[in-house]
Amino acid sequence: MEAFRRHEGRMAPLDRANVDTDQIIPKQFLKRIERSGFGPFLFYDWRRNDPGFVLNRPEHEGATVLVTGPNFGCGSSREHAPWSLQDAGFRAVIASSFADIFRTNCLKIGLLPVILPEASVRRLLELAGEDPTTPVTVDLESMTVTAAGFAERFEVDPYARECLLNGWDAVALTLRHEDEIAAYESRRGGWLPVVSGPSEALGSC
Amino acid sequence: MSATLAQKIWDRHVVRSAPGEPDLLYVDLHLIHEVTTPQAFESLRMAGRRVRRPDLTVATMDHNTPTRGGRAAADEVGRRQLDALEENCRWAGIRLYELGSRHQGIVHVIGPDLGLTQPGLVIVCGDSHTSTHGAFGAIAFGIGTSEVEHVLATQCLPQRRPRDLAVTVEGELSPGVVAKDVVLGLIARAGIAGGQGCAVEYRGSTIRGLSMEGRMTICNMSIEWGARVGMVAPDDTTFAYLEGRQHAPRGADWERALDEWRALPSDPGAAFDSEIRLDARELEPFVTWGTNPGQAAPVSGRVPDPADENEERALGYMALTPGTAMQDIAIDRVFIGSCTNARLEDLRAAAAVLRGRRVHPRVRAMVVPGSALVKLEAESEGLDRVFTDAGFEWRDAGCSMCLGMNPDILQPGERCASTSNRNFEGRQGAGGRTHLLSPPMAAAAALTGHLVDVREVMAEEVAR
Repeated sequence: MEAFRRHEGRMAPLDRANVDTDQIIPKQFLKRIERSGFGPFLFYDWRRNDPGFVLNRPEHEGATVLVTGPNFGCGSSREHAPWSLQDAGFRAVIASSFADIFRTNCLKIGLLPVILPEASVRRLLELAGEDPTTPVTVDLESMTVTAAGFAERFEVDPYARECLLNGWDAVALTLRHEDEIAAYESRRGGWLPVVSGPSEALGSC
Repeated sequence: MSATLAQKIWDRHVVRSAPGEPDLLYVDLHLIHEVTTPQAFESLRMAGRRVRRPDLTVATMDHNTPTRGGRAAADEVGRRQLDALEENCRWAGIRLYELGSRHQGIVHVIGPDLGLTQPGLVIVCGDSHTSTHGAFGAIAFGIGTSEVEHVLATQCLPQRRPRDLAVTVEGELSPGVVAKDVVLGLIARAGIAGGQGCAVEYRGSTIRGLSMEGRMTICNMSIEWGARVGMVAPDDTTFAYLEGRQHAPRGADWERALDEWRALPSDPGAAFDSEIRLDARELEPFVTWGTNPGQAAPVSGRVPDPADENEERALGYMALTPGTAMQDIAIDRVFIGSCTNARLEDLRAAAAVLRGRRVHPRVRAMVVPGSALVKLEAESEGLDRVFTDAGFEWRDAGCSMCLGMNPDILQPGERCASTSNRNFEGRQGAGGRTHLLSPPMAAAAALTGHLVDVREVMAEEVAR
């Protein structure tokens, strides 16, 4: 995972509530088997149908911090959503709340979801709208967001923060506990379901 | 100390617990499909890792699969994804129920079909509707591709304990009001983020009185109001459903399992962090009018005045005028299917409305059984004939038009009465407009060509 310590960039204000992952990346782009290259499909329908959409506006080109409404990333578990944001250059998303699976997916790939109170998000939306060149700094070490005359602390799961700051491989961390996993497995009930053997032949039972 | 159902299952699956760290939770069953796994296998291989427990992993093809014409009908990119799943399963020794096999189907339909979904398990899948399996009294939740890789490699996931939320539904449902209406009514009230961070336990006499299929419909849509987990305590209905299924325990194992399962329900006095109470007698058939599942109204109601910009935007997308009676909304398409409502009971309920009648000439209607097995069972009861005689298309199992990743999609501007779970913009096809409702309500809409109260349609039938 890409480490995240501190990022300075410009904001894209997307003032909508409940933005679902079907909007972030529509289903027709989920058939690819690669992990990269999803950026061009970010908010595909909104970008295509609405010339005034925030990511179509030249003044927000190159923005790397998305500021948006509550419950961002609701719906499908597709990690393609954070992949597409990251691939399009975003390093952090600021909202007053996130859907659980989306937030976890972001944390796993080093795209920082920052939760701020509704009024603070509103202030950032205004700042970005008034002057799109306003620089914003998202600092995970000090857990603060700062922008012109704006400074606010945010909370983040301490363990997730540690992983992000160091860019740790979560799988490797778990594999360090191999002994405990094996011990757990030896205690599991013998009647629990297992499915072994090759794939079922076509038409068979 | 008294504990909730979720707490009991959680505690039994903690592999490791350390201060400041999330619990490391063991996964009993990992369901996988073609869309959210290719990148996980790729990363696994690049890191030189293996699949730890292929015997606790089961694969099927469902999301991008065509519902007629088999694999050959998939587009090239979709076929590559199906090929990748096949290769990955072969590489890792994972059982795959591929297109054409007797047990292929929507991943959340085949788990219960096969008897793999059992009480007390931790079940994950790279799909948000994994909460469906909670109907059996399991902790089941959707995960992203990085977590799929994590489970493939370790059979574990680091997880923070969710809050416990009780949803208590009491009273008898009126005729024509079904599980889908309970959950749509609940989401309309609780809001689409109301369950965030929670393990929801659905309880009360209404829930107890539901079949496993009805419970699955409700648990399925837990994610639509943001819940991490939705579950129902296992009881005799659960055990009767499971007994004799392919992977259900047998003989002495069955007795042993029953003892364990009977100890799972929340203890009397177990503390929930919060509770929502619903009176089932007040519920009507619900239909959505907007672009998220919480934007729903009783079918007897009207399209509301928009309360904010988001609702205004939703009405604009749906091309609806405030004040319009819900029953005056004409539809072009009907879709009966999805992991929410494509089980045998759902098909029976829709067929009961359609029997001996014809779909409105303007409407194109299709029914997509949730699994190959459900399709076979329905055919053995003659349900396929009821649907086709009424003018429905009878398709092969898959996710189909629920998410429009396969050839089954709406055309721009088309309006669909759908038994699926999401009415997001473009969900069923770019520019398509979705109204979520129950299988009997979808069948009634197919007959009349507009949204309609199924109870009125059935009353006319009786009068005839």
